Amino acid sequence: MLVKELKHIELNTEAIRKDFPILNRKINGMPLIYFDNGATSQKPQQVIDAVSNYYSNTNSNIHRGVHTLSREATEAFENARKVIAKHFNVKSDQQIIFTAGTTDSLNMVCNGLARSVLKQGDEIILSSYEHHSNILPWQLWAQENKGQLKVIPLNADQSLDLNAIENLISEKTKIISIAHVSNTLGLITDLDKIKIIAKKHNLILVVDAAQSAPHMAVDLEKLDVDFYVCSAHKIYGPTGTGILYMSEKWLSKLPVTKPGGGTIKTVSFEKTEYADGALRFEPGTPNISGVIGFAAAINYMDQFGMDAIYKHELELVNYAQSKLAEIPQVMLYGKSNDKAAVISFNVKNTHPFDVGTLLDKYGIAVRTGHHCTQPLMNLLCVPGTIRISFAIYNTKTEIDFFIEKLKKVIDMLK
Amino acid sequence: MSIKEIENEIVEEFEIFGDDWEGKYEHLIDLGKNLGTLKEEYKIENNIIQGCQSRVWLHSEKKDNNIIFSAESEAIITKGMVALMIRVLSGHTAKEIIETKLEFIDKIGLKEHLSPTRANGLVSMINRMKMDAITLSK
Repeated sequence: MLVKELKHIELNTEAIRKDFPILNRKINGMPLIYFDNGATSQKPQQVIDAVSNYYSNTNSNIHRGVHTLSREATEAFENARKVIAKHFNVKSDQQIIFTAGTTDSLNMVCNGLARSVLKQGDEIILSSYEHHSNILPWQLWAQENKGQLKVIPLNADQSLDLNAIENLISEKTKIISIAHVSNTLGLITDLDKIKIIAKKHNLILVVDAAQSAPHMAVDLEKLDVDFYVCSAHKIYGPTGTGILYMSEKWLSKLPVTKPGGGTIKTVSFEKTEYADGALRFEPGTPNISGVIGFAAAINYMDQFGMDAIYKHELELVNYAQSKLAEIPQVMLYGKSNDKAAVISFNVKNTHPFDVGTLLDKYGIAVRTGHHCTQPLMNLLCVPGTIRISFAIYNTKTEIDFFIEKLKKVIDMLK
Repeated sequence: MSIKEIENEIVEEFEIFGDDWEGKYEHLIDLGKNLGTLKEEYKIENNIIQGCQSRVWLHSEKKDNNIIFSAESEAIITKGMVALMIRVLSGHTAKEIIETKLEFIDKIGLKEHLSPTRANGLVSMINRMKMDAITLSK
């Protein structure tokens, strides 16, 4: 996606900021500058109201009740599925399964494939910049089943060396599970290229979209991957909910690994027949308010359009990257002029913790540490980085203030 | 000096900064810089305090009846906090170390370092110092 193709769309950031009550907060007497959106985004009033209205007016358990409230809650919950399916251009809303979030979704995919596709000694391909959540379930399976994880290496510019994938594939390779966007570097994985390789070798393609779904338009019909997972809370929605999208064939094929109330058609002590569609994978009472808030968040973003959001954030990224590059002590990682709204950097001879602690005193929220990507940190030979990540409400003025204070912090730590 | 007296001395030292957090942190950074380095032989896995975003090594030993601490951290602010903890706790008996409530941290306005966030290891550091004191006194 290139910014020049999107020139015609412009966001009114000033109006948008008024939708986010938390942006009125002062931190240490300074106005909050929230640059930790990669960890979780702030919530617009529309999402807060949707959750609050649900509890004030509709709260009831879904899918089984005969009474009015249960019917209304069920309708709101199932409507959320439709809103989210439409946003990601999914053919059937049943392909959208509500989970507790990206981590939960990845565990479900891994456990389901472990019970159906994976055999002892099989191999799974991951990338060097995976989040721990997309490493640990596979690693656990591999340890118990003599399996192996094969890792796509990095190029010198920290992008993935996609040419190396072919060499990692053997007859034992079954799955490629990969981040759409690196949560540490913001680099976008070329899924089109990976998809060609996956199709050629008949590999299952799992996409961790935790860091792409908040920033860019995703057309799942066109993308045509096996599994695609993300969290609501990074996309302006509530915590504790997310989705697991699966292509149509998996909907009936993936074994149930979390059986429970709501997932069934009939149960006897001898035998259970599971429900068709999404309900098969949604045991117990789901996070109803979270799902309703998630739909409100999607509606909130869709009023602007993902292309406008992408353009706005890309402008911020490029602006911040160029300003950071002017500071001689700053070392940037994963530099690119077409990436999602994440920048990682370090200051020479200082620890990220010190920089983050002092920036917080100026009201600037950044993230420091390994960002749950310790293997990547080892490859970069750093204990951690300072990560700034943007959202729809961030501005160039905030970046200017951040740069000014970063220079001051560097001076203090000299 | 007793632990309480050292604590009071630190409180007085920080009082001149008032609400000037920049001054306070610059002082903390200076304390960190002046702490010096820990002997390489003590920078071992066993001496690493878990729960800090930057690595912190703590070496504890017993001299006469007192516990002596030495430590180092990769992060300079953490090192400043380490320097303060050593100044307060090192050279006292295990009983004195275990019983102290370390009220000075709140009084000098660095209570935020006692929050339970995983990024922050001051609580782990204090616990480790007290644990080491107990172990060495046995």
